[in-house]
Amino acid sequence: MDMRVHDRRRFLALTAAASATPLLSACGAGFGGGESKKGGGSAADDVTGSFDWKKAKGKTVKALLNKHPYTDALIADLKSFTEKTGIKVEYDVFPEDNYFDKLTVDLSSGRASYDIFMLGAYMVWQYGPPGWLEDLGPWMSNSSATGSEWDQGDFFPNLLQADQWSLEAGAPLGQGGQYALPWGWETNVVAYNTEVFKKLGLKPAETFDELREISGVIKRKAPGAGFDGMYGVAVRGSRSWATIHPGFMTMYSRFGLKDFTVEGGKVKPAMNTPEAVAFTQDWAEMVKKGGPPSWTSYTWYQCSSDLGAKKAGMLFDADTAAYFQAVKGASPAAGKIAFHPGPKGPGGSLATNMWIWSLGMNAKSKNKHAAWLFLQWATGKEHLRKAAIEGNHIDPVRKSISQDAAYKDKMKGLEGFIETFETVVDQTKIQFTPQEQFFDATTSWAASLQEIYGGKNAKSVLNGLAGDLASKVG
Amino acid sequence: MSSSLSETGHGAASREGSGPPARVVPRWRRSLRPYLLIVPALLLTGGILYPFGLGLYYTLFDFAASKPQPDMVGLENYRRIFSESSFWDSARVTVLYAVGAAAVETVLGVGVALLLHRSTLVGRVLEKILILPLMIAPVIAAIMWKLMLQPSVGVVNHLLKPFGMGGVQWTDTPAGALLSSIAVDVWVYTPFVAILALAGLRSLPTSPFEAAAVDGAGWWFTFRKLTLPMLWPYVLVAVIFRFMDSLKVFDIIYALTEGGPGDSTVVLQIRAYLEAIRFQRYSFGISYMIVLWAVVYLVTMVLVRYLGKIQNRAAEVPK
Repeated sequence: MDMRVHDRRRFLALTAAASATPLLSACGAGFGGGESKKGGGSAADDVTGSFDWKKAKGKTVKALLNKHPYTDALIADLKSFTEKTGIKVEYDVFPEDNYFDKLTVDLSSGRASYDIFMLGAYMVWQYGPPGWLEDLGPWMSNSSATGSEWDQGDFFPNLLQADQWSLEAGAPLGQGGQYALPWGWETNVVAYNTEVFKKLGLKPAETFDELREISGVIKRKAPGAGFDGMYGVAVRGSRSWATIHPGFMTMYSRFGLKDFTVEGGKVKPAMNTPEAVAFTQDWAEMVKKGGPPSWTSYTWYQCSSDLGAKKAGMLFDADTAAYFQAVKGASPAAGKIAFHPGPKGPGGSLATNMWIWSLGMNAKSKNKHAAWLFLQWATGKEHLRKAAIEGNHIDPVRKSISQDAAYKDKMKGLEGFIETFETVVDQTKIQFTPQEQFFDATTSWAASLQEIYGGKNAKSVLNGLAGDLASKVG
Repeated sequence: MSSSLSETGHGAASREGSGPPARVVPRWRRSLRPYLLIVPALLLTGGILYPFGLGLYYTLFDFAASKPQPDMVGLENYRRIFSESSFWDSARVTVLYAVGAAAVETVLGVGVALLLHRSTLVGRVLEKILILPLMIAPVIAAIMWKLMLQPSVGVVNHLLKPFGMGGVQWTDTPAGALLSSIAVDVWVYTPFVAILALAGLRSLPTSPFEAAAVDGAGWWFTFRKLTLPMLWPYVLVAVIFRFMDSLKVFDIIYALTEGGPGDSTVVLQIRAYLEAIRFQRYSFGISYMIVLWAVVYLVTMVLVRYLGKIQNRAAEVPK
């Protein structure tokens, strides 16, 4: 009778209570994720005695890697690391489309699935503040953990500084913790098809006006001069943060423009100043008149492929995006691609934005010593020289490799590559203002650029963007 | 107490009989049996409710990567969502997409089903081919269509070139991007509607159609007065599934346009993904998901109630 009904109800109530217990305990347990590194000691302090590559022998480190030619060169040389240290390396490689989502989810879960991973300098601004990244500074300065041959002074200083931050929004880079190490980088310059330039009697643009003019000329005249379907300049256009940082941010910076200004410790959007509005409008016009069809879906991959397939007369993007098309046998345009620093700003500025593939360590790693030995080896002279000369790990982060005769000999076949690299290397740095909302800001900026390209008024679009971002970053 | 008596009686009878003594099942075990039977269902329900409850709980905080130790903010995330124009823009795009995709798929699906219902050799072959798009993951279909719609090297513009339409920039304008996304959805899911409608058509009783034929009713009259009313419950099931799915779309649009150009194809799911994963504002992103869930739930409830009415009406058609 109701006794049974009552029993069933009680059973259900008990079951519900049992189900709720983990829920409540999970809630009470907090939100997972990171823990503040501020004020905490470093595991580097535990490493004492003389430096020895074999100190962590028998350990295994797990790496999360992005599919990239730099990664291929690293993987090809992993045996050397294991022989040198006795440390085994296990790794997962993901394509770039999913890589950062995978890394973000993994780090935010608070697990130590991976001891080391690839990241860009911008990611330090997102992963650093929650305490997901190990500060490598104490490891670098500990002579028991770091061999003298690692030679910190050999890195280009702007690259090392790009991964160093105080975790304060708006504070300049190069101060505070070293949250990653530069491993491979890309500077943003112009690569062009020498064949079409010769045929149309063109010279690489020295100013932005010239770049816009040449882009239009190529799009109008190249198809009639034997370059079927060729347009002027390939630049990224997808609705992604990655659209802003290469060519656009480089030219923007050469005009002396800023993404944000910092006043009294507060970060304020500056992409809607009259000068920034004028530049953005001109950029969108350049794409309309000389850019690729379907520009709003263009990523670095399409830009690079178009240069290689002789569909683009110029590429304003990472030098590596052109390099991989320019090497012998890589594409129909191989052997006919030259490099140039790109247009100067009104004051002659060659300020250039950069992308740095860096290596970082998980703050939750249980194998920090072994992980540090790996980072030390992967960013060391021996591996990077081998990767640059035998592999495709170009744009060396170390001064010694950029001056290495074998490296220069390898790169001399690419017209203008070395000269361009040497011209812009000292002026290449992160041109963005470091702040945690970087990805939101640049994704929204890319969406705004698409709207301007679509015909909307640049001033009102950028005012809207600045207004929206002000409440998020301020 | 009757159960106790019956248990004793059963045991006594076994002992008195010639066969082997029956095992006496203790009362507590017999009482437990029904509950054990529902344990898998309870676990499944718990598996669904636990993350849901946890998500709901998280929306009451300002949990983000930049704030790993969050504060409770009550319903502030929901207030923010409803006060931001970006939410209403996304809601508008989501509804446009869902209504557009579900409507076109329904019309085309029913049309295809009516054509395939005639048992011809071509019909039987096409029936097998029809399900091919359903066997392709939507994200793959979207990437495939992205390449085909590429203005300079895509096959679609190549085919349109002889008609003077070789330069269409399919996804470069807000309207073009939304329509292209809907077109991909239609390509993938129309077979789903067609298959359901075809199954419905084949299950309809034949006698009303025979009677209509004897009375000399025309095709259009028969379709309007018999086929459609009796088929409508099946079609509505397909509409409910497609509408629910289209409200939750992510893969097709993200692979095709990433939400662009501008914000023109940022549906609620993409907004939630960007907030939670890309921008790491977890509580805010989950709040978007909860709002989307509520919308889907309410819409589904309305449609299911309507389905019940339609089914009753269809049952009234003389068979």
